[in-house]
Amino acid sequence: MSRPTSDRALILHLAVLATLLLLQLVLPAYHHTNVARIMVYAVLAIGYNVLLGYTGLLSLGHAMFFAAGAYGVGLTVHWLGWGPLAALAAGIVTGLAVSALAAVVLMRTTGVAFLIVTLMLAQAFQLTAQYFKDLTLGDNGIVIADLPPVAFDWSIADPSVKYNLAWLAFAFALLLSLLLVRSPLGRVLVAIRENEPRARMLGYETAHYRVFAIIVSGGLAGLSGALYALLFGYVGTSMASLQNSTLPLLWTLLGGPGTTLGPLIGTGFMFYLVDIASSFTSSYLLLVGLALIALTLWLPKGIAGKLRQRWVPWLP
Amino acid sequence: MAAVTLLEAKGLTRRYSGLLAVDDVEFSLEKGEIHAIIGPNGAGKTTLVGMISGRVSPTSGTINFRGEDVTSMSAPERVMAGIVYTFQVTSLFKPLTAAENVRLAVQRRQMTGFAGKLRAGDARVLERVDECLARVGLAGHADRVAAELPYGHQRLLEVAMGLALEPELLILDEPTQGLAPAEIVDFMALVRKVAETATVLIIEHNLKVVLELSERITVMDQGRVIAEGSPDEIERHPAVQRAYLGA
Amino acid sequence: MTLSQIILALLEGAVGASVLALTALGLSLVFGVMRVINIAHGEQVMLGAILAWATAQMVGGGPLVGFLVALIVAPLLVGGMAVAADYLVLRRVGYDPERTIVATMGLLFVAQQAVLMTFGPDAKPVEAPIYFRVQFPWFGYSGYKLIVIAASLVLLGLTWWALAKTRIGLYMRATQMDGEIAQAYGVPVHRVYAIVFAAGAMLAAIAGVLIVPIRQAYYLMGGEFLLLAFIVVIVGGLGNLRGTMIAAAVIGIGEGMISVLFSPTLSKIVATLLVALVLVVRPGGLAGEGDR
Repeated sequence: MSRPTSDRALILHLAVLATLLLLQLVLPAYHHTNVARIMVYAVLAIGYNVLLGYTGLLSLGHAMFFAAGAYGVGLTVHWLGWGPLAALAAGIVTGLAVSALAAVVLMRTTGVAFLIVTLMLAQAFQLTAQYFKDLTLGDNGIVIADLPPVAFDWSIADPSVKYNLAWLAFAFALLLSLLLVRSPLGRVLVAIRENEPRARMLGYETAHYRVFAIIVSGGLAGLSGALYALLFGYVGTSMASLQNSTLPLLWTLLGGPGTTLGPLIGTGFMFYLVDIASSFTSSYLLLVGLALIALTLWLPKGIAGKLRQRWVPWLP
Repeated sequence: MAAVTLLEAKGLTRRYSGLLAVDDVEFSLEKGEIHAIIGPNGAGKTTLVGMISGRVSPTSGTINFRGEDVTSMSAPERVMAGIVYTFQVTSLFKPLTAAENVRLAVQRRQMTGFAGKLRAGDARVLERVDECLARVGLAGHADRVAAELPYGHQRLLEVAMGLALEPELLILDEPTQGLAPAEIVDFMALVRKVAETATVLIIEHNLKVVLELSERITVMDQGRVIAEGSPDEIERHPAVQRAYLGA
Repeated sequence: MTLSQIILALLEGAVGASVLALTALGLSLVFGVMRVINIAHGEQVMLGAILAWATAQMVGGGPLVGFLVALIVAPLLVGGMAVAADYLVLRRVGYDPERTIVATMGLLFVAQQAVLMTFGPDAKPVEAPIYFRVQFPWFGYSGYKLIVIAASLVLLGLTWWALAKTRIGLYMRATQMDGEIAQAYGVPVHRVYAIVFAAGAMLAAIAGVLIVPIRQAYYLMGGEFLLLAFIVVIVGGLGNLRGTMIAAAVIGIGEGMISVLFSPTLSKIVATLLVALVLVVRPGGLAGEGDR
């Protein structure tokens, strides 16, 4: 809790960000795109971690927030012809709006009920997207191409524009989560995770804090989805599938729930594991399944959690 | 000294599917007193205190606190109004250190507005944390994980968290249960010290502690108040001797 | 819409409801006794369906023989897998609610991908074991579907009997009330868990075998069954078997009717939102029991 600890943590996070920023200068083209993707996904995982890792709520519906952000971009580009930045803003707003709506519904729901309601909401979202297929183009999805430049002559198609936009979003999410967990607010979330009745008797209206956590978490997921749609050019109903909801869970568990750097570690690790595996099998999801089982059995605290437990106790 | 009424409950009733846990109770607290509630198991003590702290909502009746009707306030709102409850079974944030447990209580009053929720406000908060831990005699245990503290210290930590909330009324639910005799003596001294700044409402089974510590005692049986008065009066009260002291 | 349309929709709904009741019963049993939310439950239906197709391919002597063999082989195999999963995974994480959810989610992907790798991605039709039409005044209706309804009712009755009248049923009910006390009274709780998990899987597998001549076997079919079974179990009240049966009837028939008369997607949207609503308004339906 003493000063030097906090600064050490801040320096570590800034160093991670600087490394990622500089990495684009040396990475070969293939890995350049991969790292950009990892950073976009890591934003989703960081958001997921705010709920699972810090507030103790297990969601099976984050694909809905991700898809909401993506549809915010896809629909405005496809039907209204919006430019990239306006569409991105629309995506972020859509993600936040869906999160806020879900947060109100989920306000007094915890534990197993929370998990099932999030699952149901995401299913309803996906089915609704399928039902209005004239608008959403259904399972075929919306392909986003030939966007005007972001600014000056920076085209979205340019890999380094992709990379730096992804980095910006990632830096924002990472620093936001660091700020959050070291703030009084973040400590209340941990208190709710550990012992909600006690937190209430300390004067915290825990339902309000849960609403806040859901909006931050879903908002980051929406940002991730909006950016995904913009950078990688596709929005479809499958984005809201249960399978997509389990991915951030997996990344967070693997990296270490309740650690700020865990989501990045988990996302990167899993991405490359799947990448390597898919060079010799098309059923990379088998690997996802086995990883989930192995994690629950042998590494329940994840990689960063294990690091903190063993060697670096000051890891936030 | 003219007595000032801090809390007044009227016609307080709580029914659990047909069973009357608390039946039409009138109850009041004077500012600055140490007030005990005694009675056999199932007398409705914890339910009554639960309604005062807001953990249980009354079936009927009203509660006034400092002249204000708090009946419809939620438990967290009542904490902010100054009614603080410490748990019967120790209820801590187990993996956090003693200091972090107290910090969660201390920071509650600092968290006003958006900035207050995000800014750590470290120096002042940490100072208060140390102060509260020192008041209960846990100064040397700040960095120990709550779950690893001995039971007596966990109870003290509960009280420290209660004090950190700057209570007007501190409710202690069976605080000496499970403590060694020597610890009980220290605990009583602590409660007296607390009573200098706050009103204390205490549920207690240990009659010796109650008679020695409190200024006023309420006796409950089967959901009703059967007697109320000073320790001397209560000791002599026939209904009390029959129902509670078993004489 | 005409009367015949409504009767047709009702019949379709009843077929759906009976299969749904089997699936939901398994899920409810597992949650009620073990406090485990089995996310892989839908995959057990899928495995039953795929195994029915596989036996039909391997066994000669016509669709009826294949069907009867599958009705025995599929639940045995799927039940065996469930026992293995219980022993290798669930028991090792101490049946912790959150960790078992993650683990069964892992099992979901493993089962799905294993089937994809072994049997390929296309839907596999299985011939109905018997072919006759029951002639109603308004239309002819598949006799097989009526048999599905009858078979489900028989199985539900059997499960009911096993729970109410047998020693293992008594053990299950005791464990459901309080695992620790049951253990203290000499109930072999670990064995009860294994049996319950297997029984849930077997019910799901039989549902799969029954549905496959109507629906085809497909490696991604599990999700839909899981979703509907969840809905039924929640609306019916977890662990409450009678409530589960009533909910299965109402939701199955309702789902079938909305599907036939309007659109399957719409009926699912309505059902999922209904469940979310039930849980939000009355979280005790599930959470009160589910929370540690």
